[in-house]
Amino acid sequence: MASVCFYFQVHQPYRLREYTVFDSGSDYFDDNKNSQICRKVAEKCYLPANSLMLELIRKYKGQFKISYSITGVLLEQLEMYAPEVLASFQELAQTGCVEFIAETYYHSLSSLYSEQEFMEQIILHKETIERLFGQTPRVFRNTELIYNNYISELIGKIGGFSAIITEGVDRILGHRSPNFVYRPSGDNNMKLLLKNYRLSDDIAFRFSNRDWSEWPLHAPKFAKWVNDVNGCGFVVNLFMDYETFGEHQWESTGIFNFLKHLPQEILKHRDNDFKTPSEAAAAYDDSDVVDVPHTISWADVERDISAWRGNKMQCCALAEIYRLEKTVKETGDDDIINDWRRLQTSDHFYYMCTKWFSDGDVHKYFNPYESPYDSYINFMNVLDNLDTRCRTALYEKQIVNSEKRIQNSEDRIQNVESPVGDGNF
Amino acid sequence: MKVFMLGWEFPPFISGGLGTACYGLTKAMSQAGTEIAFVLPTLTDGGSVDYMKILNADGISSSQKTGFTNVRFITVTSPLKPYIFSQRRKFFAKNEKKCSKICSFDSNFSKNEQNYGENIYEQVNKYAEKVSHIADVESFDVVHSHDWMTFPAGVAAAQNSGKPLVVHVHSTEFDRSGENINQTIYDIERYGMYEAQKIVAVSNYTRNMIINRYGVAAEKITVVHNGIENDNHFVPEKAIEKRDKIVLFLGRITFQKGPDYFIAAAKKVLEKISNVKFIMAGDGDMLHRMIEYAAELGIGHKVFFTKFLRGANVEKMYRMADLYVMPSVSEPFGIAPLEAVKNGVPALISKQSGISEILINALKVDFWDVNQMANKITAALKYPPMSQTLRENGRNEMKKFRWEDAAFKINEIYKQILTIAG
Repeated sequence: MASVCFYFQVHQPYRLREYTVFDSGSDYFDDNKNSQICRKVAEKCYLPANSLMLELIRKYKGQFKISYSITGVLLEQLEMYAPEVLASFQELAQTGCVEFIAETYYHSLSSLYSEQEFMEQIILHKETIERLFGQTPRVFRNTELIYNNYISELIGKIGGFSAIITEGVDRILGHRSPNFVYRPSGDNNMKLLLKNYRLSDDIAFRFSNRDWSEWPLHAPKFAKWVNDVNGCGFVVNLFMDYETFGEHQWESTGIFNFLKHLPQEILKHRDNDFKTPSEAAAAYDDSDVVDVPHTISWADVERDISAWRGNKMQCCALAEIYRLEKTVKETGDDDIINDWRRLQTSDHFYYMCTKWFSDGDVHKYFNPYESPYDSYINFMNVLDNLDTRCRTALYEKQIVNSEKRIQNSEDRIQNVESPVGDGNF
Repeated sequence: MKVFMLGWEFPPFISGGLGTACYGLTKAMSQAGTEIAFVLPTLTDGGSVDYMKILNADGISSSQKTGFTNVRFITVTSPLKPYIFSQRRKFFAKNEKKCSKICSFDSNFSKNEQNYGENIYEQVNKYAEKVSHIADVESFDVVHSHDWMTFPAGVAAAQNSGKPLVVHVHSTEFDRSGENINQTIYDIERYGMYEAQKIVAVSNYTRNMIINRYGVAAEKITVVHNGIENDNHFVPEKAIEKRDKIVLFLGRITFQKGPDYFIAAAKKVLEKISNVKFIMAGDGDMLHRMIEYAAELGIGHKVFFTKFLRGANVEKMYRMADLYVMPSVSEPFGIAPLEAVKNGVPALISKQSGISEILINALKVDFWDVNQMANKITAALKYPPMSQTLRENGRNEMKKFRWEDAAFKINEIYKQILTIAG
């Protein structure tokens, strides 16, 4: 049996506007650019891909199934800039063949810094999915598939999740294959679904690469690779950015055509099927424990967290933003809390990466800045302003409180005085 | 391969990047086995009759001798000096609008006044004549001329010998003078570029300038970036103890270098942070105006002028500096920021420079964008992790600026034109 399990990551950050040390406004985000990018990706990817998915789901009458993890920050932007995309996701949700996965609402790295914030963001995302798509997520994926034993512990604590999705990193699997279902170390009933990065990246990264020996990739060839799993695995976890379709791989590469013919080719083999992550987790017993003491992710060849914490600027920016947590929350000011959370989106720290700087590479593709130094300067200027806002807000709160206290004591004094004034002599 | 090379400055007699570049390049070429007869003008004693001296690397100090085994230096007495011209011209253009003759200066401008002739054109032609006599008795495969002042001499040597000419453009008249170019110099530059079989440009920035401003066919121009001397230079980890942050401008204080943008940015930075000093190390025709400008802006007590620094003082300055700024209006290459980075000082460089094409680990800004310049200076002082990252990555990056690579590329160019010449 080989079950193909598709999960697509759907995300766009709130990109910052140019913010110099001389700026003082609290409008940190580039609404114009964000709406433009949102519209562009909607046209090139979200709308055509969603309509193809819907077509395939209808055509195969429940046999073709997929799953999405859509970040809270994108859902907000879609509501504002491309409501028709949100509507088409809702239409997909109603087919019963689409599962929605939970993650941190802000696509943040909070799992590495603040247990409290991490849990709050997951709950926020869960509630948003329930509200928009009418289903309760049962599978969790962390930002960029960042995972370690401690994270599974936290997810277990929140409860309600049957599985966690992460990367099938060779160094944690050893000789084992990602095509089985595993369980996290520790005492909980969850399962682990591990990305088959070879087959996933064949679609996500290599599909249009003419230097690749397997180019051009057609559905029958890919289906054959999936069939080969039969007998030595149960699931083929194909996890990738949704933007693969039409944005990273342009329509002209034939990516939509590939997707269109894939279900038919996969289903030709009678032992194959499509399952959503929670179905896959329910259908197969776990074969082993996967112990992950050191944090992994799906990024770069290292598959670790060096894309976000690889240099001093990144570490400093992250440490600073989470250092503000207590202060931010103390203000009780929704705008401040919201801005602070939007700044937590992992993309901001990815832009500061100097690892691949010299080679160009995918980092450049996703980077709106000319250099990692520029992105750090911009981010720190914004964070500095947020810090000032927090202190101002707390100071004002303090003044209001002390005024209240003064008022109260005056009232009390009057209450004490008035009987005296009335004179009971 | 024998090269008849024409330059106009060489260490220790240098006033700009050209001498440094000629030094690094000839050394690497010599080490790769290329034989070079390096001809350069010297002022020396004005009345000397011997216009030519042949030196076997004796002209340079003994510490620099190693590596120059294949180089012979030939000095030719001539008053040619590159930067004096542009500085004075700028001065005159601003102070005496009617002044059109470049070299009719008042004698108090230079000790060497008597050495200057009627005009540049005459001077470079005189020089060309002398050089062509030397070329007659030398044997070589190719002529290589560095910058406009030696172009006529290069053309003459090439014509007399029937050998191909390569002109090497380290800067153009537009870099030195903005839009107020000197037509004579422009004409000399263009003449050399047209007569040459091949042009070497120090950056794509310069290459584009040659294409757009001089109308030269793109395929004739090859970019060869400069290198730096990676001499395992020891940089003390510990900076000099000081109370204030220091932002450093080190270079000629002339129009080309954008000193006024530096001061304007300093003014803005000081609105945000007060414990910072701005040091302008260098000399030039805009020095006095810059001192006045800083005073005018009310930051005279924060901007310090050290005049031209040498050797140990430069090193000390680097050790004190928290940031090096090169706000050049137009910089064909820009070796200075590499020196700063090599010395462990993060650099902020103008995008209107050749170096910004290739130096990755630096902050970059448009020279005219004073707001961003001030923003980035402030950030560099305010957020230490960035300076640390710049410093670490920058030092690693220095390994890629190798004169050996430049020498190799130039040798390839020689081979190519000699093949064509048959």
